[in-house]
Amino acid sequence: MTVKEIFETMEYGDAPESAAEALRWLVDNGSRFGHFIGGQTTEVGTTFESRNPATGEVLAHISQASQADVDLAVAAAKAAQKKWEKIGGKARAKYLYALARLVQKHARLFSVLESLDNGKPIREARDADIPLVARHFYYHAGMAQLMDEELPDRAPLGVCGQIIPWNFPLLMLAWKIAPAIAMGNTVVLKPAEYTPLTALLFAQICTEAGLPKGVVNIVTGDGAVGEMIVAHNDIDKIAFTGSTAVGRRIRQATAGSGKSLTLELGGKSPYVVFEDADIDSAIEGLVDAIFFNQGQVCCAGSRLLVQESIAEDFHNRLIARMAKLRIGNPLDKSIDVGAIVDPAQLSRITQMIETSAQSGKVHQPVAAPEGCFYPPTLITGLHGSDSLMQEEIFGPVLVSTTFRTQAEAVQVANNTRFGLAASVWTENINLALDIAPKLAAGVVWVNGANMFDAAAGFGGLRESGFGREGGWEGLQAYTKPIVKGKAVKAPKAFDKPQVLEVEGLDRTAKMYIGGKQARPDSGYSKGVYSSKGKLLGHVGIGSRKDIRNAVEAARGAAGWAKASAHLRAQILYYIGENLSARSDEFAARIQAMTGTTAGKAVQEVTDAIETLFTFAAWCDKLDGAAKPVPMRGVALAMNESLGVIGAFCDDRPLAGLVEVIAPAIAMGNRVVAVASDAYQLAATDFYQVLDTSDLPAGVVNIITGPHDALAETMAGHMDIDAVWSFSSSDISKHIEFESASNLKRTWVNNGMDRGYSARDWLAQSVEVKTVWVPYGE
Amino acid sequence: MTTTDITTASVNAHLPQVHEPRNTGVPLDLDWALGAQANTSAIERRCANLPARRSVKKDHQAAWLLKAITMIDLTTLSGDDTAERVKRLCAKAANPVRRDILDALDMGPITTGAVCVYHDMVETAVTALEGTGIPVAAVSTGFPAGLSPLHLRIQEIQESVKAGATEIDIVISRRHVLSGNWQALYDEMRAFREACGEAHVKAILATGELGSLRNVARASYICMMAGADFIKTSTGKESVNATLPVSLTMIRAIRDYHARTGFRVGYKPAGGISKAKDSLVYLSLIKEELGAHWLQPHMFRFGASSLLGDIERQLEHHVTGHYSAAYRHPIG
Repeated sequence: MTVKEIFETMEYGDAPESAAEALRWLVDNGSRFGHFIGGQTTEVGTTFESRNPATGEVLAHISQASQADVDLAVAAAKAAQKKWEKIGGKARAKYLYALARLVQKHARLFSVLESLDNGKPIREARDADIPLVARHFYYHAGMAQLMDEELPDRAPLGVCGQIIPWNFPLLMLAWKIAPAIAMGNTVVLKPAEYTPLTALLFAQICTEAGLPKGVVNIVTGDGAVGEMIVAHNDIDKIAFTGSTAVGRRIRQATAGSGKSLTLELGGKSPYVVFEDADIDSAIEGLVDAIFFNQGQVCCAGSRLLVQESIAEDFHNRLIARMAKLRIGNPLDKSIDVGAIVDPAQLSRITQMIETSAQSGKVHQPVAAPEGCFYPPTLITGLHGSDSLMQEEIFGPVLVSTTFRTQAEAVQVANNTRFGLAASVWTENINLALDIAPKLAAGVVWVNGANMFDAAAGFGGLRESGFGREGGWEGLQAYTKPIVKGKAVKAPKAFDKPQVLEVEGLDRTAKMYIGGKQARPDSGYSKGVYSSKGKLLGHVGIGSRKDIRNAVEAARGAAGWAKASAHLRAQILYYIGENLSARSDEFAARIQAMTGTTAGKAVQEVTDAIETLFTFAAWCDKLDGAAKPVPMRGVALAMNESLGVIGAFCDDRPLAGLVEVIAPAIAMGNRVVAVASDAYQLAATDFYQVLDTSDLPAGVVNIITGPHDALAETMAGHMDIDAVWSFSSSDISKHIEFESASNLKRTWVNNGMDRGYSARDWLAQSVEVKTVWVPYGE
Repeated sequence: MTTTDITTASVNAHLPQVHEPRNTGVPLDLDWALGAQANTSAIERRCANLPARRSVKKDHQAAWLLKAITMIDLTTLSGDDTAERVKRLCAKAANPVRRDILDALDMGPITTGAVCVYHDMVETAVTALEGTGIPVAAVSTGFPAGLSPLHLRIQEIQESVKAGATEIDIVISRRHVLSGNWQALYDEMRAFREACGEAHVKAILATGELGSLRNVARASYICMMAGADFIKTSTGKESVNATLPVSLTMIRAIRDYHARTGFRVGYKPAGGISKAKDSLVYLSLIKEELGAHWLQPHMFRFGASSLLGDIERQLEHHVTGHYSAAYRHPIG
């Protein structure tokens, strides 16, 4: 085209970013890559191809790791870990700082390589991915610097196995590696099969940074390599970002292994637009929400909820905006939507839309070019019952429905198995700050979408996984409390004597469900006997239906989460006060059941009262935070209750029960507690204390029954948000495995008794929600 | 002054009414105007993002810069303006780019969109521009503060039109916006429009003095409802003049007004746009948010005095491959 012609048409033309440097880097490395283990690049083994999805060209041949490679990498990480931990946070900080600087120095090479390998627009790699990578290393260089002073009670986990996805290859690497090595862990990381190249370039800058050998190890390959990492005995922690299906498998595979686990999984995040929103800005926000990275974003705002009164206008304007999107060559600087990562993913998207979109209307105002591209798509007229409203598509496809009121918006938004992110658009601050806490999501963006920063926690709930990345809260995932553990010894309740001695009037100990005493659904009871052969009473043998009823009661007591922290504190103090009034009775009961000394029994009651007072004190003191994110606005870290926690208590008849109840309800959770496996009667006495302490019905529910029989029901129950176990029965593995049903959080003892601090209990009792509130007039 | 090259140009080719059904205005609709929302941080994000989203290179960049020149209201609004100063400016408007550069680009002659002067200079400019097809725009209505008596402001418009100005840049009474007197703003705009007659009217909102983007949006709607042919950001005399967020707010209002009424209202950012690169960002903003239809001199203008010089340097760089110097280009 001549200048004169362009002058008339005013077209954009091409604005290509050169791939020459990146391609030269590949050639300089022989276009064949081994693994990065113990600071060395290994010989190239069996290879697979890494392709440029935009052109189909082979970029490089990548080694498929064998079990021996993984063993070698884990061994290197293990060998390096103790020394890496011992050199201290300040020494580690210097390496992280060097990594941040090196990422910046090679920013363009990383960006172009990422775009080539993944198909994302160069603009996004250059302006979003890579700057966030550098920011993450800077931030965590700071965390390493501060660790010794600020986290004196925490220690690294050891060797971390990290498995990352293909949508943000280097960024996900940074999110995994930076906090891990900052805290003194060493890592074995596997990049996604589709997108290993920037990880291999990162391996080279680890060398340039002088990072000690074995601190970072990178092995490449497909899911089989991931499985080897997950199964490896010398790995202490698995961090996974990827699909919910694989996350579930990892949860099951690591059950009972003692490995800690964080999962950042899929989503179907709602994008809620109220009628008073700045409509054009909300539409532009959708470009960032669902067309960013071709919609291949776990937290993509993929489910549009528009208030009925503006829906038609909104859709029309949105379609007009979509018509302006430029789709094509990812290396063109003026491209909005690049290539889908792989033809397999493209056909998955295509198939989902072809088979499931019948009930809605499909809008595709711009065509996709030939090749591995999918056009920006809006599907209107869908309802919650349509599979496209429920299933993650992971492509540039937005599904839309409407709502009438705020209450309905919350209901529709939360009508999902996922809980990763949400956007809310309104000019009304009352509405925005009211709805943010009500949305089931780990991250809420007010009048925005897809904002990220190293200082702000990111992560989900429900089937979007658990754990946070970024911020102080993210360090929980790479540290553990320094506590001494000892093996749990299962006590044995006293058997029924040959000659039974009965005294006094028969007292019936029941279960406590929804604020009422409840007989066991099974209709069976068992006797509890004293050391001297007295029948102390009977307790019900709880079954799955009792768990069901208790969970229903707990779910019904949702108002507790909204009760003021001051009120919760008052009630906890009151429980303590009422327990104190009956100390002698409880002490006698403990002594009778366990045969312990009078002094120890009294001490246990005293401990229980202390626990109640401690968490009463904490109710209104576990502050959230206002994160200094690099924008005009604030990212609030809000501690929210998890919801319903199921807990198996240890065998301190009273203190074991109170220890799980107190922190849980202090933070607004409801509890279904299964009393000590051996000694149940103190727990059943305790509900009388609760009854006299103004605790709303359903907040605490107490079940008696065999732990091993109840564990499966509890851990598998899909309306429970977390399960804890301090049981003397061997149920940890069982719980972790069954929790995969809805990917609830678990906290189990693995047969060890550890003395956790109040902070540890509190951390397990809350979910940190990050609420981004940009502002400006 | 050489005008031989452009004798074919039709007279007043850059005037909107030649190409478009003129915005007649609509009855004041306060529900619509006051319902306008403008989320500042989201608007700023869009603007921060846009320059990176749209990149115009090489021949395309040259063509776009040439287009930008045709949309400049080449302006002098100084207390020390004289007839000779204005004539020099008019000569530059008729020949904004060196002939050899245009030849190298295989481009025919181009002119700026208009010449913009105070009322006293209108006649001088009209005479100087005779035969060039370049319209003369006058800033009227007690520019820049707009605080002289209403009847005098209206009379000033009439005088300027009589003197040959075919475009009138009026300033609104900012106090009507700040005190929420929307009816008064509407009536004032209506009166100005009427006084303009066939001359087309650009409403200067003085956005830097309106307090918020929401007010910018509201004032944009009111002025369009009252019949403005163009809405314009600034006089160039406020402490904050044209910005991208203000522009985005105004052109979104223009888009909405077109969608609802069918009338296309033009847009003119003014003040502070002095770099060629900035002009490209503005053009891509217009192309993205309003569409290519607005990328024509009768729908879009830059109010600028020094922008042209920077564009000339960029064009010479494009043609020669060497960075240029200001003194190599005739001053205006």
